[in-house]
Amino acid sequence: MSVLLEVNHLKISARKDDDSLTPIVKGVSFNVARGEVIALIGESGSGKTTIALSALGYTKPGLEFTGGQVRLEGEDIITMASDQLRALRGQRVAYLAQSAAATFNPALTIGEQVTESCVLHNILTQKQADERAEFLYRALELPDPDQLGKRYPHQVSGGQLQRLMAATALCGKPDLLVLDEPTTALDVTTQIEVLKAFKSVIKQEGSAAIYVTHDLSVVAQIADHIVVLYAGEVQEHGSAEQVVSHPGHDYTRRLMHAVRPPPGAGQGEETSSEHHREAPALEVKDIVAGYGKTQNGIPSITVLRDVNVSIERGHTVGVIGESGCGKSTLARVMAGLLPAAQGKVLLDGETLKPALQRRSRGELQKVQFVFQMADTALNPRQRIDHILGRPLEFYLGLKGKEKRRRIGELLQMVELPQEFAGRYPEELSGGQKQRVNLARALAASPEVLLCDEVISALDSIVGANVIELLKRLRKQTGVSFVFISHDLSTVASFADEIVVLYAGRVVEKGATDAVLSPPYHPYTRLLISSVPELRVGWLEETMQTQEAQAGIDRVVTLTDTGCPFFDRCPLAIKDTCDRETAPARQLGAGHTIECHRSEAEFVH
Amino acid sequence: MTETQQSMNTSSQFDELPDAPPKRKIKLSWSGKLGIAVLVFWAIIVVIGPSISPYHEAEFLDESLFIVPGSDEKYPDTDFRPPSRIVLLGSDYMGRDTLSRILFGARTTIGISFIATLLAYLIGVTLGIAAAVGSRFLDMVLSRLNDALLSIPSIMLGLVMIAALGSTIPLLILLTGIIYAASVFRIARSLGQEVMVSDFVEAARVRGEGLWWIITREILPNIAMPLATDFGLRFVWVILFISALSFLGLGVQPPMSDWGSMVKENLPGLIYGAVAPIMPALAIATLTISVNMIVDDISAHSGGKLAKRMIA
Repeated sequence: MSVLLEVNHLKISARKDDDSLTPIVKGVSFNVARGEVIALIGESGSGKTTIALSALGYTKPGLEFTGGQVRLEGEDIITMASDQLRALRGQRVAYLAQSAAATFNPALTIGEQVTESCVLHNILTQKQADERAEFLYRALELPDPDQLGKRYPHQVSGGQLQRLMAATALCGKPDLLVLDEPTTALDVTTQIEVLKAFKSVIKQEGSAAIYVTHDLSVVAQIADHIVVLYAGEVQEHGSAEQVVSHPGHDYTRRLMHAVRPPPGAGQGEETSSEHHREAPALEVKDIVAGYGKTQNGIPSITVLRDVNVSIERGHTVGVIGESGCGKSTLARVMAGLLPAAQGKVLLDGETLKPALQRRSRGELQKVQFVFQMADTALNPRQRIDHILGRPLEFYLGLKGKEKRRRIGELLQMVELPQEFAGRYPEELSGGQKQRVNLARALAASPEVLLCDEVISALDSIVGANVIELLKRLRKQTGVSFVFISHDLSTVASFADEIVVLYAGRVVEKGATDAVLSPPYHPYTRLLISSVPELRVGWLEETMQTQEAQAGIDRVVTLTDTGCPFFDRCPLAIKDTCDRETAPARQLGAGHTIECHRSEAEFVH
Repeated sequence: MTETQQSMNTSSQFDELPDAPPKRKIKLSWSGKLGIAVLVFWAIIVVIGPSISPYHEAEFLDESLFIVPGSDEKYPDTDFRPPSRIVLLGSDYMGRDTLSRILFGARTTIGISFIATLLAYLIGVTLGIAAAVGSRFLDMVLSRLNDALLSIPSIMLGLVMIAALGSTIPLLILLTGIIYAASVFRIARSLGQEVMVSDFVEAARVRGEGLWWIITREILPNIAMPLATDFGLRFVWVILFISALSFLGLGVQPPMSDWGSMVKENLPGLIYGAVAPIMPALAIATLTISVNMIVDDISAHSGGKLAKRMIA
């Protein structure tokens, strides 16, 4: 195959205030041939995005090219003048960003935005472009291809937007696509469908692609070649098959280690029952909650329906489901941020007031909330010692020396150096901020910790470290955890019990081993089968299964009657599942599945 | 990676927590520094101006001062004299020393504007934050009242109020404060609302913090910087507003000097090529431009986000 893009000893540096240069990319070389997908993999800060952007002749502000060449069919991109670059971008090289939702303009129709760039570059007339867009919608298996262009971005789902981004990039028939973490922000079920669409379109169009990601199992599905990067240097370079099955470099092995094993039985940790008492630490009973005006106990947008969850002392309950299923709403109800319309929240067997303003300080202290985004959950104007000191002062009345000693202990608990006490949040990395965020919740000496997607924003190695930390804290403190995540593997490795939420209903709950082994609820089965495995060819196999075919490409919809999973379920019974609320079937101790099908029918 | 390394370095030593590193300073470019120099110069003049002034602001210069030795003209003109050793910046239309009037006027012009801007901030920020953290109803009431105030052209409002109540300095300050509080309110409210929905405020609410703590510890520190930059701009507008009122004869009343009224009273002098109207105009220009240079510099440091809000 002919070489399309040639990256030769590329060096990129950051220029600091004092005009000194710090190298970011230190002499990276690789080639991309036509019709080939090459993956750049590494954790955040490894320079993978910076390298990928150089294929567009672009560097982020503050960075500059300091050496090497990037040649597209022999022409050096780095030395191009800006009007040549403008012609290059969008026409010959197209860029696909991480967050499609942020890239689309909500005020313009999808069709206008998909065709805009290639019409602007005079590659196609508007009419040709519209036809091409429609062709691409079909190729990307988007629903309703002839009408899709007339809709607005908010009318389609996140996974569809991500594919529409691909349509935008492909519309001008570029030679090279640069995909920057295009599936990182998506649910597993959505990720599958997007990966599949990308793969088939890239093959069909015969275009080459650079795929940037930190997720090795995703790379195994889509890439022909893998370049493993660390700190701006190539650690390993080889075919996907070879890198995945026979990693040659230590760092690659570490990356592979950070990939959590596919969820299965036997991963959950048995926590000791020494803290066990009669009443559960925290319990929610028959919760109905949502947003908007409440009438007769029903909010106008009902997110949670009849949810029952109980968290035993010292236990960890994992709450899992796709985005929009009500996971975060459940945590907010527990914390009192969102008073439930119906139902009760019990702490140590005593009913809590629904709204947190009415709860006592002692009650607030026992239930602590760890926010998802550590970046925004820490006040940028407060030093770490103030952030950690406040709950100590507020709940425990600690002052002066005693308080400082405790701050030191907390920092040590979350494995941060003592001198971080004097820093501001912006001087910390993402993982470090998440540790501070955790330490703040721990400062209150809580009984229950509500962790809302605490590692979702972190890359795999840092995320794995935080999970290790959580496990250790659980042993040390005996705190109960509610662990909310859309990542089944993480939950499987950390939780004693799992609650599977779908469209605001608990479809299955029970001990981790029971939930992750047959019999499954059809939705649990879909979730489990959607987690990418770290081997080449997994994607193709999975797409053959009936769950995947029935389940992909639908959005979670909240329904008033029947089982909400009805329209995605391969086992759905017409006229029953869509009308009647599914009965809760007891399968062994504490394991419940809500489904019309009987136990015998689940097993396959 | 770096994270794990750093956390390993922690070891289990357990020293006293180190003290906070020094606060980071805002580095100003040369234009910001120049702005500060000019501002400091005027601040000094405000304090010592009247005592270094060669004459009193209301003093009519004696004709004898201008008698050229050897000339037989006994009664030379004292008005609109060009700059000379006797009157460094010339004299005005009534034969008063322009320099002295500028030195005296600094106190009135800058003093009144500064107090009025402070007042505008006191009212605007208090109500703006109340609207941001308060109930939807309170927000509605305050915002609509504010819209009503904003809908009246400020000069017209000033004219009517002064016509009705007479022109005194306390009234001038109060009036300007209220008029400018309206725009401060809008900025404080929108800044406050933005911070109010942030996760860290939510975290404080989950902790059970009271409203006062949330306002003083979570919200104010995060909006202080943009508000401070806005203060600079607002101060300039207030100077121009007071000068405009004085120019119309409604601001500071004679014989007190004020830069705005000095420009106005000396306008006829332009015909004779007198510098009397130019000098106070230059004083206003140097002050306002220097404040603007500082504001530009600071807002460039706070990431340009501010600039957008200013336009809105």
